[in-house]
Amino acid sequence: MPGHSTRGLQAPLQLHIPEPSARPGEAPDFSGLVILPAGTVARPDVHAPAAALRELPFQLIRVLDDDGHAVGDWNPHLPAETLRAGLRAMMLTRALDERMVRLQRQGKTSFYIKSSGEEAIGVAQAFALQRDDMCFPSYRQQGLLIARDWPIVDLICQIFNNRKDRLKGRQLPILYSCREAGFYSLSGNVGTRFPHAVGWAMASAYSGDTRIAAAWIGDGTSAEGDFHYALTFASVYRAPVILNVVNNQWAISTFQGIAGGDEATFASRAVGYGLPGLRVDGNDFLAVYAATRWAAERARSNGGATLIELYTYRAAAHSTSDDPSKYRPQDEAAHWPLGDPVERLKQHLIGLGAWSEERHAALAETLDEEVRAAVREAESHGTLGTPPADPETMFDDVFEHVPWHLREQRDEMKAEGL
Amino acid sequence: MTAMNMVQALNSAMDVMLERDPTVLIFGEDVGYFGGVFRCTAGLQQKHGKRRVFDAPIAEGGIVAAAIGMGAYGLRPVVEIQFADYILPAFDQLVSEASRLRYRSAGEFWAPITVRAPCGGGIHGGQTHSQSPEAIFTHISGLKTVMPSNPYDAKGLLIAAIEDNDPVVFLEPKRLYNGPFDGHHDRPLQSWSAHPAGEVPDDYYRIELGQAAIVRPGAQVTVLTYGTMVHVCLATVDACGIDAEIIDLRTLFPLDIDTITASLRKTGRCVIAHEASRASGLGAELAAQLQQRCFYSLEAPIERVTGWDTPYPHAFEWQYFPGPGRVERALKRVMEA
Repeated sequence: MPGHSTRGLQAPLQLHIPEPSARPGEAPDFSGLVILPAGTVARPDVHAPAAALRELPFQLIRVLDDDGHAVGDWNPHLPAETLRAGLRAMMLTRALDERMVRLQRQGKTSFYIKSSGEEAIGVAQAFALQRDDMCFPSYRQQGLLIARDWPIVDLICQIFNNRKDRLKGRQLPILYSCREAGFYSLSGNVGTRFPHAVGWAMASAYSGDTRIAAAWIGDGTSAEGDFHYALTFASVYRAPVILNVVNNQWAISTFQGIAGGDEATFASRAVGYGLPGLRVDGNDFLAVYAATRWAAERARSNGGATLIELYTYRAAAHSTSDDPSKYRPQDEAAHWPLGDPVERLKQHLIGLGAWSEERHAALAETLDEEVRAAVREAESHGTLGTPPADPETMFDDVFEHVPWHLREQRDEMKAEGL
Repeated sequence: MTAMNMVQALNSAMDVMLERDPTVLIFGEDVGYFGGVFRCTAGLQQKHGKRRVFDAPIAEGGIVAAAIGMGAYGLRPVVEIQFADYILPAFDQLVSEASRLRYRSAGEFWAPITVRAPCGGGIHGGQTHSQSPEAIFTHISGLKTVMPSNPYDAKGLLIAAIEDNDPVVFLEPKRLYNGPFDGHHDRPLQSWSAHPAGEVPDDYYRIELGQAAIVRPGAQVTVLTYGTMVHVCLATVDACGIDAEIIDLRTLFPLDIDTITASLRKTGRCVIAHEASRASGLGAELAAQLQQRCFYSLEAPIERVTGWDTPYPHAFEWQYFPGPGRVERALKRVMEA
């Protein structure tokens, strides 16, 4: 009967709060992950209609198998030289990350964020894009800059907020901006730049340009409205953009289920927007490269946007301010079933006869020295506590021209002896 | 010169800029084929094509975010938020992104965007179609906030806003779209055709941002106001015979501090009138600036005539709207103090 209450007659409702598979003190448990063998996902034509691709976001694109062989349709058949360059960029990213965390512990900078275990994501994608395609990264894609051969000494100067910090001491360490390298200004706000990439891509299409855009957010940030804005605009205007969700399982202490990842894959969000969604083994350099290349070709031929979920694991703490042992098993990273991106590409290259353990060890040493040399050079321009610029510059760039009230406040600051 | 109401003047500004600058494009909810719910973009898509003027999803945050991305590319987007009341989903984009992009990137990227939004009350719009949110933008470093009070200014200010390399929030008092409004809601509607500022040049011209206008010179008291309240204050002053100097701020931030302080040093008395609610409103900033700069010229406490600190109530519009009676009583209090 309409309006008739059945309260008290039915079983009570239950509120569901998702929980990760293991917490500190428990054994890591990835038994719930369904990981099909490498090479089993077919590679569709880049011009295939999105409606024909609706199963893709529930699969996992993998090229490198457990023995390091490249298998299946998605194998991009890259020359060994390119693979070695990719390996080098990932290793340099890792060497920089390791050194910067040590320097943070020594008080030479206030903060750092590593990309450990996720190096294939920025690096392989930079290789798959063109140098002048515009990247709208989050704070864990430093590999993009390294793959684009941006001098690491410039990054370290920003991290130190020293006299050579191009951002004049205004930004938290690692919140880079690098227009020349096609690297958009980072911000501590998560997600806000994701729809900027779509606007930039729309502008490129509006202008008859040939450049495309790419953007990155984390699994956690996919819950923000900005994610929905970006996918809606990308779909409506067929923007030439690649929208990446880096699912590294953890948003600080919050596992991906709290962002809705337990109910459906993040890649499958694409289906409702009529976009292709690719779900990719993020620790597989070749798969990441191939998927990005597919999406780039599609975008560049006016086929519109692709959503890519890069399935990976955040092997390090969220940042130097975080302690993951408080919320996940300490050895969880070591149990990640998709391994480590550097090790896997190394194994593949060795299998090809294009690399060796000796060359690998020698390269690691060379890169470590390269980072140390860059640190020495950056330190010569100062570290944390060295005034990065004249304090008066803090009033510049709020507007194109400094207005009267900021000129007044600048004078006021000087008069205060600050 | 052509007789235009404010809608036509804004339309003309966008038409001129679409013609002059291929990087200018316009989008927003209902602005394309239909020409906007207030008709401000009527005919622009037909004339300039849907590549330049198009409809956007109902996603204010997405509209402003896309505009910022386009601005970073090198375009000069002009977006419409259908009502200023609905700008809040875009607030994060304006505060965290548009206003800081130039600063945090040390000049590598910037957002030369114009965000137009009809604001203000007096149209029986209730609490979701009547708000005046200017002070939440004037508080943000890196944003410019503009509000015209007549068709002539609207066109010149909008062109200057579009050409500005910083993000501009351009608030349009919708009660003034079709005619000036003196606050006497029970009297016949007025038309811009009888108003000198309803004569608008057809071609390009700018009214520089940051410049106030003395719309009525006077000696006894300074009235600082903007938007619809300019006309309420003019009518009130004419009716009550007080020799007030009325200043239309036009750009609410950065303020034209020199014009304002020069007037107050001359008159020694000040009434600030705005439709927006009072607490932490623009009047508070104006009063603070003036007491610091002109304290020894002041003959009376500065008065604020504002909307009340409540949501805008539908059935009590004329108790809420700061009408001529309240302006007149404030002027008298200041004159008698």
